[in-house]
Amino acid sequence: MISLSDFLVVGALLFCLSVAGIFINRKNMIVLLMAIELMLLAVNLNFIAFAHYLGDVAGQVFVFFILTVAAAESAIGLAILVVLFRNRRTINVQQLDSLKG
Amino acid sequence: MSAEQAIFYFFSAVLVGAGAAVVTVRNPVHAALFLVLAFFTSAALWLLLEAEFLAVTLVLVYVGAVMVLFLFVVMMLDINLVPLREGFIRYLPVGVVVAVLMFVEMALVVGSSYFGLERFGSPPRHPADYSNTKELGGVLYTEYVYPFEIAAAVLVVAIIAAIALTLRRRPDSKRQDPARQVRVRREGRVRLVSLPAARRPAQGEGSSES
Repeated sequence: MISLSDFLVVGALLFCLSVAGIFINRKNMIVLLMAIELMLLAVNLNFIAFAHYLGDVAGQVFVFFILTVAAAESAIGLAILVVLFRNRRTINVQQLDSLKG
Repeated sequence: MSAEQAIFYFFSAVLVGAGAAVVTVRNPVHAALFLVLAFFTSAALWLLLEAEFLAVTLVLVYVGAVMVLFLFVVMMLDINLVPLREGFIRYLPVGVVVAVLMFVEMALVVGSSYFGLERFGSPPRHPADYSNTKELGGVLYTEYVYPFEIAAAVLVVAIIAAIALTLRRRPDSKRQDPARQVRVRREGRVRLVSLPAARRPAQGEGSSES
């Protein structure tokens, strides 16, 4: 039998991998976006595992909305990336300092 | 080990391996392809959790649309990869330490002492005629109808924002502007000039011109 904690541990492992990915790929914006997608996937796995083991379909509805918002987020993020590359000819996060923040 | 457990461990291993490959491979195209593999395997895990509709949606929407968009963008941009890899080795120890620390903390919380089988027993399997899509749709269109419509609005805003961001106005392209066309009045186009009447040339002089 697979227990709930097995699924939660897999989700936690995936989440930690994507956090490490954000740390080590801090210059490449495309890989940063991919790491965020991976994080959302880990969270979705947790939601579906809880929905299954608690017998509540609300968790699946929440995953549905997360998928919607994540699709919108990646579409806008990639559009911003394309405009950024067109204007600055780079996607290096270190060189995106024109706002002087 | 039962067959179900074997399937779970196989897909979990593939999922974690694909996730590790996404953040470590050198080429962003390979990273996107490994992300596709991660989405596929987690769709299989979702099938194991009886979330059939969401598993199919993940493959259709993510693998079919979002990852294709990612691949388009990665292949369209002409990126010099060498400066983007700087600091990979430098930040690797910090990233590994933070990730291991976070994983140990999370494993202490979500481990089998709190979420094991004795606390959360495995629920009985649904019968063969059970429809996950029907149940999800029944809840989605009654109880969650307002969030559903807000999600539709979010998608529309995302479409408009993505198009408005990437639309490029070319100043040299010739195109019609209907707003300017309908605003045109006669005074802006036609200029009436009164010319003095010219004398008709005498007979014999004008015949050589015709």
